[in-house]
Amino acid sequence: MSAPLLTIEHLSAVSGRENGAPILRDVSLAVTPGEVHGLVGESGAGKTTIVRAILGMTPRTVRITSGAIRLSGQDLLSLEPKSLRRLLGAQVALIPQDPLTALNPSRRIEAQITDGLRMWKGCSAPEARRRALALLEEVHMSEPERVMRCYPHELSGGMRQRVLIAAAFALEPKLVVADEPTTALDVTVQKQILRLIRAMQARHGTGALFVTHNLAVVAQICESVTLLYQGKVMEQGSTADLLLNPRHAYAQALVRATPRYDLPDEGLVPVPEGILADCRAEIASFDRLANG
Amino acid sequence: MAETLLAAHHLVVGYAGRSHMLARARPAAPVVKNVTLAIGHGEVVGIVGESGSGKTTLGRALLGLIKPVSGSVVFDGTEISSLDETAIRPLRRRMQMIFQDPMSSLNPRHSIRRILTAPLLLHAIARTQHEADRLASATLERVGLPLTVLQCYPHEISGGQRQRVGIARAVLLKPEFVLADEIVSGLDVSTQAQVLRLIGDLTREMGLSMAFISHDLSVVRAVCDRVLVMRHGEIAEEGACDAIFAAPRSPYTRTLIDAIPLPVPDPNWLGHPA
Repeated sequence: MSAPLLTIEHLSAVSGRENGAPILRDVSLAVTPGEVHGLVGESGAGKTTIVRAILGMTPRTVRITSGAIRLSGQDLLSLEPKSLRRLLGAQVALIPQDPLTALNPSRRIEAQITDGLRMWKGCSAPEARRRALALLEEVHMSEPERVMRCYPHELSGGMRQRVLIAAAFALEPKLVVADEPTTALDVTVQKQILRLIRAMQARHGTGALFVTHNLAVVAQICESVTLLYQGKVMEQGSTADLLLNPRHAYAQALVRATPRYDLPDEGLVPVPEGILADCRAEIASFDRLANG
Repeated sequence: MAETLLAAHHLVVGYAGRSHMLARARPAAPVVKNVTLAIGHGEVVGIVGESGSGKTTLGRALLGLIKPVSGSVVFDGTEISSLDETAIRPLRRRMQMIFQDPMSSLNPRHSIRRILTAPLLLHAIARTQHEADRLASATLERVGLPLTVLQCYPHEISGGQRQRVGIARAVLLKPEFVLADEIVSGLDVSTQAQVLRLIGDLTREMGLSMAFISHDLSVVRAVCDRVLVMRHGEIAEEGACDAIFAAPRSPYTRTLIDAIPLPVPDPNWLGHPA
């Protein structure tokens, strides 16, 4: 296995409000170059907190108490804002969840893809335009010339997500963070987008952190996975192990709650209250150890 | 099949274009084109399709919330598509709806108690507030919510709890037909499983007929007896769930089924990297 591209080491965070409730509890994970790592959990599991911490966008309501986030060996949490911005700009790209709010509604697609190329790669205007066109072709956009002149509202959800994928890969990042990139899309479009992310990531040798709550999507696109519950890692390892031989009772229950059209009688078993109670007890005893 | 409760015949539904000062509104292209369907007593029928396929518009026309351009909707022998609002009101109790987003469909300024008891009093099912409270509490327990929820406002409870309140509100009036429009798409997997279980139990216990609109065929497979696949406002295919999933006749249905990922790694599912 090659040296990890991104490592998160013992990351803990608490709410910045008075109660200081824990949000992340000693989370560690690694993404190697060329690998897609799934970050899975239900709402409140801490997925978004981790994404924001990587991107240097931790809000004031969250306080990181310990741990490190290393990108190619450099600790992101200890960098000055200016150097952090330079490092992230050159090496990390985000594919956001909502393709409408992530694009500036008042600017044409061309400007939104070429900005990064001009700012970070020092491309001239014609060179940036040429590369943007090539990228739109690479994400299988028909009529890329026309799309370049469009405003975001003139494109469908699937097309907007393709634009964002093109923009994300434009700067040849080492790491792509995909934050629930297909949740808002139809299943047929979701499949196209997943195929596209996989192809782009494989061709460019990019590592990816793929955030989702959907275990079926994880099964198809991630090699390895970290499962979170209330900010704590419940299970971690290869995707095949997590889905076919889950060790933790919560992981087993989550797999059984996922609906399956091929086995209508097997999926859809609600996570038993007893298992959730055990998880909460596990977390409470972890918190006692951490504080005591 | 059981006796038909709700049927649509050659239903065409469209939204009118905007009217101008001199010209009358021109009818826009229909969203639902010539749909004929029947839902039996106690039957749960899935309506699936991609965004823009007309499934929500069809659902609204089935409840008489939108007047069709042509065709008819018949509920228990009464043609409702030609009725005006006052004539349709007595039927409203018997046809209820569960919405996709309970946050925007529950009044944020009303407590859950008020949300649940107001329709009971309005439809004179309960004569006193006391009686309405009793019925609301019983229904709340049936959908698996603690009674403390009654004092809460919609924003004070979780998304899964809100969706249960939406279900309680719909079944409280003992309807015969319920339209459920994408009711689990915003929920976590574990909450989704609980809500779908609840829907299955309630439809069986109450003998409810239901139209279950969803874009997720895995979910439809889990709760529906029969399924209609919509595409471009028409029914591309319909039949028993078992038959359609085992051997879809329409290539479009095949595409939709193939697009659903399963929680089992399958190196061929995404195909070879393009």
